[in-house]
Amino acid sequence: MVNLNCSKMKNEVENIIGLSNELRWKLGGEFHDHISESIYADASEIVEETVNTAGKKGRNAIDVKIDQIVTSRKWGFPIMFLILGVILWITIIGANYPSSLLAELLLDTIHPALKSGANSIGMPWWLSGFLIDGVYLALAWVIAVMLPPMAIFFPLFTLLEDFGYLPRVAFNLDYLFKKAGAHGKQALTMSMGFGCNAAGVVATRIIDSPRERLIAIITNNFSLCNGRWPTQILIASIFVGAIVPEALSGTAAVFAVIGIAILGMVFMFASSWLLSKTVLKGQVSTFNLELPPYRPPRFWKTLYTSLIDRTLIVLWRAIVFAAPAGAVIWLISNIMIGDHSIAYWMIDSLNGFGWLIGLNGVILVAYIVAIPANEIVIPTVLMLTVLVTGMAGGAGAGVMFELDSVNATGDILRAGGWTLLTAINLMLFSLLHNPCSTTIYTIYKETKSVKWTAVATLMPLAMGFVVTFLVAQIWYMFS
Amino acid sequence: MENKKITSACEACPQFNPHGLKKLGVNAENTDFVIALAGNPNTGKSTVFNALTGLRQHTGNWPGKTVTRAEGAYQYNDKKYKLVDLPGTYSLLSTSQDEEVARNFILFGKPDVTVIVVDAGRLERNLNLVLQILEITGKAVLCLNLMDEAKRNHVEVNERALAKRLGIPVVPTSARFNKGIPELIDVVSQVANGQIVCQPHRITNVPKNINEAVQKLSEKIKKQFPSIPNSRWIAFRLLEGDERVVEALRNGEFELQ
Repeated sequence: MVNLNCSKMKNEVENIIGLSNELRWKLGGEFHDHISESIYADASEIVEETVNTAGKKGRNAIDVKIDQIVTSRKWGFPIMFLILGVILWITIIGANYPSSLLAELLLDTIHPALKSGANSIGMPWWLSGFLIDGVYLALAWVIAVMLPPMAIFFPLFTLLEDFGYLPRVAFNLDYLFKKAGAHGKQALTMSMGFGCNAAGVVATRIIDSPRERLIAIITNNFSLCNGRWPTQILIASIFVGAIVPEALSGTAAVFAVIGIAILGMVFMFASSWLLSKTVLKGQVSTFNLELPPYRPPRFWKTLYTSLIDRTLIVLWRAIVFAAPAGAVIWLISNIMIGDHSIAYWMIDSLNGFGWLIGLNGVILVAYIVAIPANEIVIPTVLMLTVLVTGMAGGAGAGVMFELDSVNATGDILRAGGWTLLTAINLMLFSLLHNPCSTTIYTIYKETKSVKWTAVATLMPLAMGFVVTFLVAQIWYMFS
Repeated sequence: MENKKITSACEACPQFNPHGLKKLGVNAENTDFVIALAGNPNTGKSTVFNALTGLRQHTGNWPGKTVTRAEGAYQYNDKKYKLVDLPGTYSLLSTSQDEEVARNFILFGKPDVTVIVVDAGRLERNLNLVLQILEITGKAVLCLNLMDEAKRNHVEVNERALAKRLGIPVVPTSARFNKGIPELIDVVSQVANGQIVCQPHRITNVPKNINEAVQKLSEKIKKQFPSIPNSRWIAFRLLEGDERVVEALRNGEFELQ
């Protein structure tokens, strides 16, 4: 009986579907348009009866004026870069003071106190080394270096977003993305990537064509993310700032960082174009981009939410990854194979390749350790440099070095054999390498394809090797 | 009536709420009602969501910010409400991923109430989506958001006429400034509890031949699934050859209404 009922039900459903197919055939192909028209007709009737726009004067006059300037051919791009420059400048200048304050507290005061505390209770050297010199120092480092720039950069960026500027950026870039065979909305996902690539990859869901969405996912990594901004800012301040008169060093550093960000956009356009001409061929879809009205941001609310949501969440992520990384660094620098530590052997074996691309073994090892989070590259580099040069200053093998000033960092790096070339290539490599593990996982979740995940991971890395190799060879030729 | 001493005029008013609104954040377990939040992009859905749940989902002034479903909860007059913030869409007729998320939730998630957030200053464009949602579900509330902006732009909306025309309650709000949110919560609870019964507008300007076909098909659907509330919309979708709806019919997803 049950079976009979069930099959009867199935028959009825198939009947319905059959009837619908038959009727659709009769109605012809314009069904969708007719329905849309009916809806619009109803909507306009309702609005006519219920809305009074007698006093309305079209779009807000101020909005129109602002848009005429910020989306104009002549001023659109300069204004975009000026705004980015001002935000970066405020971040660079503003982060210095709290950064050194935090470093003093966490590294110069609390760290020695913890060490002597551990000694006084008779903790074995390897345990206190592992916990305090490895795990704690990595955490302290990330907080001291990452927190201040994030706490300044994110609220400024969020205010801009609340104001309604991002769609204008998309409007300005739309033409370029179309030329590259990509979707104009990619400009929005690119902007999200400037905060976090994983977020940028998720945001590509607003792109409805699968082909253009894949392009947006694969190339999102060329947006410098918040894990990489501090690296760029720090290295630019130390090395690029040093080659110009002191009064101009801050400005020079800003220009260098903007240069890298723009280069990233150039790579994004170029690789989008390349993909759309080769493996991801197809039509460019058109879309309507709505320019929302400018809204005065709710200043305190925005400040509060961006601090709580963005800054603390990103910081938490950095901390979660830094603690195990600190432990790994301490271990590889203290476990010996033959006469030397594991870290020494790794660095030694990568030094040759590092030289070829204008970097060094230390940086390459740091990038391997830092795959989970870009935020910890610089702390790792410093610690490993101290280890290799045998500099006095760190408290022994595997201790992340204490950075109390930008100058001290510069001194360590120069002692490690760094030149302007190393700095420039590190900035380039920081822009052009594999995405962090969170982003790789997100790409896999969004594309559900091992192949495209591999492309998105390895393509920027290959580009990074090629670009740094070329820069290094040209540099060696002329010096 | 209970023999209770009324101390102020407020207490006699139905808006008065002795238990208060309790924002429950992400704690959305064991809720009594499910409320969907739908609307065009950039109309302030996420702001409304945050105002109700006490969560601080990131809001931004650009269309397409929410691409996934966000969930939160609040409690009002002893009842717990789960709130689902859907991606902003202009329509439910096409196939991009965000539109499908919204469409499938309203259709298969069977929310107790769907709150449609619209930009009061751009009502005509927003009504396209509103009318489509009203074809699917009758239990809906129109949240006429961004009233402050509409006022500044000298756009006047006759809320009562609109409510009458659409057949659902209309609540004017300025969610950014928390204005109208208490009224919205109250109206939503009344619809959820069945104190307000909606008579949703159904699309009228349909060409005759289409209307006949729809009627024929919809009667057949009703016969097979007597408890289905939106047979007409299903007929619309079948006539358009919507594969997802065909699949749902075959799987029997519509029988559990």
